[in-house]
Amino acid sequence: MTIEIPLLILLIMTAAGAILVKDLISAVFILGSYSFALALVWALLGAVDVAFVEAVVGAGLATVFFLLTLFRTTEKDRVICRPPVPWSAIIGLPLLGLLLLYGAGDLPVFGDPTSPASTVISPLYLENSIRQTGTPNVVTAVLMDYRSFDTFIETIVIFTAGIACALIMRKGDK
Amino acid sequence: MGELFQTLLQRPNFVVFVILFLWGIYIMAVHPNLVKKLIGLYIVQTSAIYFLVAFSAKDGATVPIILEGAAAVDPSIYANPLPHVLTVTAIVVQVATLGVSLALVSAIYRKFGTLDEDELMEKLK
Repeated sequence: MTIEIPLLILLIMTAAGAILVKDLISAVFILGSYSFALALVWALLGAVDVAFVEAVVGAGLATVFFLLTLFRTTEKDRVICRPPVPWSAIIGLPLLGLLLLYGAGDLPVFGDPTSPASTVISPLYLENSIRQTGTPNVVTAVLMDYRSFDTFIETIVIFTAGIACALIMRKGDK
Repeated sequence: MGELFQTLLQRPNFVVFVILFLWGIYIMAVHPNLVKKLIGLYIVQTSAIYFLVAFSAKDGATVPIILEGAAAVDPSIYANPLPHVLTVTAIVVQVATLGVSLALVSAIYRKFGTLDEDELMEKLK
């Protein structure tokens, strides 16, 4: 818990850097470091599988996608005079933030072992998965055995995204 | 007011989620550059996933990999695995949709020669 606070501050600072930096290539690299900080926080929370996926797919693949796009387009953010911020954003977003923070009291305390999320259904998976599937890693057991159709159809989503990319980037299409 | 502050102090993850979420939405709404808007979108998506994963943490719990040789599994020493499963799927889908939107941005640049929203609206007129 104590080591988490500096990591959370690092997370907010890297997100701020990715947003505030003018040069788009620097912003993309800072976004990659934001992903790595996020993966560190998740590893600290005990979510190692999510941390692996974020470090490989989020920090690696997303950065490569951004860089490929920037190499094909322009890396300069050519805004000379910034337009005034609309009033709806100035009023609406702090209001949304206040509402969210006001609702925080109804959430379980961070790390509470008796929260509804950790007491109702997840003990069933933890107790029975090694007997029913033989896999020590519960995340793998749920992903590949209990929810295998979900994972299968997710690959269809990724396939569709790949086809869409290939169709959009087709050469000779003016 | 002090009570609300105490409430928030016990939930640092939720405060970080709110900051990242609002920041991402703000930059999506205000910034005219399309790549910058996608950076904001990425921050919004990761903040929502972060919010889900933060629910899975338990005090004194470890990684959800069952220790060998245990006769009966004690659920209180492992983190909740279900948010991890759902978010692993969500991260991969997030990057796939990000790839499609970046391809669209590059197609827009090929056709109009700009990534700036205001210039784009001028050229579309």
